[in-house]
Amino acid sequence: MSPGEHPDTDASPETDSSLETDSDPETDSDPETDDDPADDETDETDDGQGAWRRLDPRVLAVFPLRQAGALVPLVVVLLIGGQGQGGWHLVGALAPVFVVLAIGATRWATVQYRVGGERGELRGGLLSREQRSLRRDRVRTVDLRANPAHRLFRLTVVEIGTGSSTAKEGRLSLDAVTVAEGERLRRELLHRSPGDARDPGVGEEVGKKDDGPASRREGPVDHLPVPAGVEVARLHPSWLRFAPLTASGLVAVGAIVGTAFRVASDAGVNLVSWATLQTAGDEFGAVPLWVGVAVLVAAVLLAGGLGSLAIYLEGWWGYRLTREPDATLRLRRGLLTTRSLSVEQGRMRGAEVAEPLLLRLVRGARCAAITTGLDAKTSSKGALLPPAPRDEAHRVAAAALLLADPTAGTAAPLVRHPPAALRRRLTRAVLPAAALALAGWALADAVPGFDWLWPAALLLLPCAALLAADRYRNLGHALRPDYLVISQGSLVRRRVALQRRGIIGWRLRQSPFQRWAGLATLDAVTAAGAGFYSVVDLPVARAVSLVEQVNPGLLPTG
Amino acid sequence: MDVTPSTPPGPATRSAPPLRPPAHRVDPRSLRWWTVRALLTVCAALLVQLVGLAVTGEGWLVGTLVVTALLGAGYVIIMPRWRYRVHRWEADEEAVYTQAGWLRLEWRVAPISRIQTIDTARDPLQRLFGLASVTVTTASSAGPVKIEGLDSDEAAQLARQLTEITQSHPGDAT
Repeated sequence: MSPGEHPDTDASPETDSSLETDSDPETDSDPETDDDPADDETDETDDGQGAWRRLDPRVLAVFPLRQAGALVPLVVVLLIGGQGQGGWHLVGALAPVFVVLAIGATRWATVQYRVGGERGELRGGLLSREQRSLRRDRVRTVDLRANPAHRLFRLTVVEIGTGSSTAKEGRLSLDAVTVAEGERLRRELLHRSPGDARDPGVGEEVGKKDDGPASRREGPVDHLPVPAGVEVARLHPSWLRFAPLTASGLVAVGAIVGTAFRVASDAGVNLVSWATLQTAGDEFGAVPLWVGVAVLVAAVLLAGGLGSLAIYLEGWWGYRLTREPDATLRLRRGLLTTRSLSVEQGRMRGAEVAEPLLLRLVRGARCAAITTGLDAKTSSKGALLPPAPRDEAHRVAAAALLLADPTAGTAAPLVRHPPAALRRRLTRAVLPAAALALAGWALADAVPGFDWLWPAALLLLPCAALLAADRYRNLGHALRPDYLVISQGSLVRRRVALQRRGIIGWRLRQSPFQRWAGLATLDAVTAAGAGFYSVVDLPVARAVSLVEQVNPGLLPTG
Repeated sequence: MDVTPSTPPGPATRSAPPLRPPAHRVDPRSLRWWTVRALLTVCAALLVQLVGLAVTGEGWLVGTLVVTALLGAGYVIIMPRWRYRVHRWEADEEAVYTQAGWLRLEWRVAPISRIQTIDTARDPLQRLFGLASVTVTTASSAGPVKIEGLDSDEAAQLARQLTEITQSHPGDAT
C-alpha cells in the first residue's frame, strides 16, 4: 500500500509544487527559442514544442477529497457490517481508501502536458493511454474552474477548447494545476502575438500570485505586476431580487428531491410507502380543499424561490466582468465552485438581451454574448451577466461590443413591422386556441363530467389574442451604423444586436401566406451563436433594402 | 440611411421581393428527377396504407388511400413543373445566389469571401439522370447554399471555378 500512503506525506509541502510549476523556465511566451536543459525530470523531448510537465502534486490530495463523498458511506458500511469478524473488517474498510489514493497517484504520475509554439498536448491517463493534441491557433477558449477541494489547495482545472462541436476531440482538460499556472496558460494561449504578453499593461498591482514570464528572472515569483482588467460590471446585491423569478429554482428543487429519493431507496429506505401516502391523503382530506392546494402551492413556490436564490448565489457570487489588456472579456463568478471564462473580443459578433416573461414583469433581463467558437458546455451559452435590471443588461451588452451608447446596439429604437404582421400573429395564435376550444366543447358534450371544460377552453381565446398582440408589439428591427438589431418574442422577448460584418450570408423565406400578405422572413446568417437570426414578417421591399444596405451590390435588385 | 427606399421596378406584384432572379435555370432533366422522387414518396405512403388495409381490413383506410392517390397524383404532376420554374442559380466573383422552393420560396446569397468549402455530390437517383448538386458551405450552422439538379459536368466545372475564386480570398470566413 505504499503508493497509497505516499500522497499524504508529500502533498502538503509548498516547495514541491513550486519546483514543479512556478520555477519552470519553459513558461516563456516564446517557447520556440527556449530550450532549458535544466528544466526538470519530466522534460524528455523538448524539441521546440515546450517541455512535458506534470499536473500539480497537490492533486494527490484533491482527488481523494473529491471521491470522499462516495467513499465515506462505503467505509461506514464496511466498518459496521464487518463488526465481530476480528481485525479484518478494518482492512476491508481501509482498502477502498487506498485504492482511491493509488488511482490518484498513478494518474498524477502518468498524465503530462505541454504547450509549445504550435500545439498543446496531453498524454497519459490511467487505463487508456491517450494522447491528445490541439493546434494552438485553433484554441478559442481557456476557462478556469475550481471546486472547493481545488480551492483549498489553490489549484484550478484548466479547460482548453477549440470551440469545436465535437466537444471531446476539441478540448484538453488539465485537472489540476496551480492557480498561477492556470493564469499563465490562459494568458499565453489566448494571446495571438506572444510578445505582447510581456507588457506590464495599464493595470496596477494585483495582490495575487502570478508568474509573469517577463519578470520571472528579475524578482520573487510572487506579487509581480499583472496587467489588470478594466471592470465592466460587478454583482450588485439588489440584483438578488431577480433570483426567485428564474425558473432554475424549481428545477433544482426537483433535482434535489429526486436525488434524495434515489439515495434513500439505495439505502433501503422507502420514503413513499403506501402507508405514508394514505396518512398524507387522510390529512389532506381533513382540511378544506382550497387550504390544502394553497399550502401546497405556497410550499412549492417557497422552495422554488429559495432554490433559485441558492443557485443564483452559488453561480454568480463574486461576479465580475472585466476587459483584459489582451483584448478579451473575462468573466469571473462562483461562490463554492469558482469559474473564469474568457471571450476574445475578436470573436464577438454581437450580443443578446433576453427577457423571460417573469423577469420582464419586474424590468429584469439577461445578457449574453454572440461569439464564434464558444464552447456551449463550459460557457453557459455565453452569459455575460446574471439576471439583472434591463438597463444594466443593455449597458453591459453595449460595453461588451465596445459601444459607447446602448442605443447603437441592443437598445436601439426599432422600426415596427406592418399591420399585416399583426394579422399573421393573430391568426397563428387564435386559430389553434379556437381549435382547442372546439375540441373542449366536443369533449364536454360527449363526456358528462366535463361541463366546466367548455368555458375554460373559451378562456384560451383572449389569452391567445393577448399573446399575439404582445408578440407583434415586440416585433421590430433597426439598422445601426455597425449593427443589425432584431427584436421578437413574447414569452421570452429577445433583442439581438448582430455585427454587420459578422453576417456571412442571407436567406429570404416566403411562405404562401406571407406572399399573400406581402411579407417575408429575412435570416441574417452568421458563424456565431445560433447560426442565423431571423427578422420575421417584414415587407419584402424592406427586406431587400436591408440586405442592400448591409452588403451593397450583393443582391441583384431590380 | 435608415429610410426604406422606394421599391425598385420589380418584375411582379408587391408581394414578390424586388429582386432580379438568378441568371441560370437548373438542368431540364431535373424535371424527371423531381418527378421520380415525388413518385417514390407517394408510392411509399400508399404502400404503408395498403399494408395497413391488408392487416386490419379497416374500411376507412380505403378512403385515405383514395385521397392519398389523388393528392399524390397532383403532387407528382404539379410540383416538378412548379419547381422548375422557380429554381435558379447564379455565381460570379462576388457571390453565390440561389432561388428555390415551390410553395415556400427561398432565396439564399453567400458572399464569395465567406465561403468555406465547395462540394459536389450525386445521389443514386441523380446519377440515373446525369445530374449533380453543388453544396457551398459557410461557417454558419444555418445550412449551406445548395444548387441541385445541375448537369454533372457543369456542376464539376462550377465547383472548380468557385474553388479558384474562393482561394484568392484570405481569412477564416467567419
